Amino acid sequence: MNTATQPLPTSDDYKLIGGAGERALAAGLVNATWYKSPVPRAVMKELMQRSDAQGIRDTLLWYALILGSGVLAYLSWGTGWAVPAFLLYGTLYCSPADSRWHEAGHGTPFKTRWMSDALYQTASFQVFRRPTVWRWSHARHHTDTLVRGRDPEVAAPVPTDWASMLLNIFAIKNVPNETMKVIANAFGRIGEAEKTFVPEMEWPKIIREARIWVAVYAVVIGLCVYSGSIMPLLFIGLPSMYGAWLYNFFGWTQHAGLPENVLDHRQNCRTVYMNPAFRFLYWNMNYHVEHHMFPMVPFHALPRLHETIKSDTAPAYDGTLEAYREIIPALLRQTSDPTHHVVRPVPQAA
Amino acid sequence: MSSWIDAAALDDIDDEDVKRFDHAGKTYALYHVDGKVYASDGLCTHEHVHLCDGLVMEHVIECPKHNGRFDIRDGRPLGAPVCVALKTYPAKVEGGRVMVQLG
Repeated sequence: MNTATQPLPTSDDYKLIGGAGERALAAGLVNATWYKSPVPRAVMKELMQRSDAQGIRDTLLWYALILGSGVLAYLSWGTGWAVPAFLLYGTLYCSPADSRWHEAGHGTPFKTRWMSDALYQTASFQVFRRPTVWRWSHARHHTDTLVRGRDPEVAAPVPTDWASMLLNIFAIKNVPNETMKVIANAFGRIGEAEKTFVPEMEWPKIIREARIWVAVYAVVIGLCVYSGSIMPLLFIGLPSMYGAWLYNFFGWTQHAGLPENVLDHRQNCRTVYMNPAFRFLYWNMNYHVEHHMFPMVPFHALPRLHETIKSDTAPAYDGTLEAYREIIPALLRQTSDPTHHVVRPVPQAA
Repeated sequence: MSSWIDAAALDDIDDEDVKRFDHAGKTYALYHVDGKVYASDGLCTHEHVHLCDGLVMEHVIECPKHNGRFDIRDGRPLGAPVCVALKTYPAKVEGGRVMVQLG
């Protein structure tokens, strides 16, 4: 669509109530049909197959890394090594939880459903996202990806809000905001914006989960008071902030600087080649065009899906640095020109 | 009681798979699992998404967009983001054809 004919975007447009959602609906952008690259049904069925083995292997390895780095952090307490040790622990605790929350929310990392549900709860807690609210929020993100006033998960709205982005490198806005919402939920209150995308029958679940979280944090804070040390919070709670930087580093490559209000994931998502360590930490979410186009393909099959459809998509970025060489100038320009966006070289239909 | 409608050849639906069937302006999904056939509405009850692009795992169909799951035997929703049951229809195989009773 021609954004030049649209009103200039403002930060208010992103509100789910009173934002640009009605205009998006009128423009046919809501719950619309999105472009899909052609993939034979037999190939897609094979790509969609689930496996417990890969999910279990990666999950055990992840928690072993958290445990190992936690032991290091504990042993380093009181020395100068405590800072890097806790940074390592917190990063492993929080940042991979973003992609685990994401994959488990889609129900794809395991063949056995309860495993996905269990990982979803623990990863949500670690990355500090209310499980039920964010499950529905993410469903909306997939329905109306980067549609202003509809998508609750736009990480880099225009005009660029540098203060928010920089603060959120360590989740300094997100976690306190989410904390207030957890407390409100624990008292039985559901936010008006959340009511627009979470069905009423799910509200009791939100309240129950919030009460469990409040109880857990009450114990952790109680341990801090009892021991006269902040260490318990450094292990549970604060890592959701000081360990958030890596998931933001990965996550901003997904959509930042790309066009809003388009119905083609090849235009508003990035696929970025990453090294095996990053791909383990990010569970292949760097194949983001592929994930959005076919959300039921599990993380371990995304590289194969990429090979299947890459001739029909814009070229992938050769690493995060190449992606950020595009993202940062785009965000700088969007600071003063909210109509600007990156145009991806998407193959035209024959 | 509505009559049986010839919807597809059984051979056109792989085992543990789903196929779209359009009839009288509506869209349906036909399933083939372990030699038995099932039929349901073709669109997910969560949002306007065709289930024929989804994944069949034993007696579960999973929506290709948001991974909502239904039991194809009775249309029961099996968890968020689907909360509303899928309408199902009687289906049988006769002479290698999948017959469904819509209505």
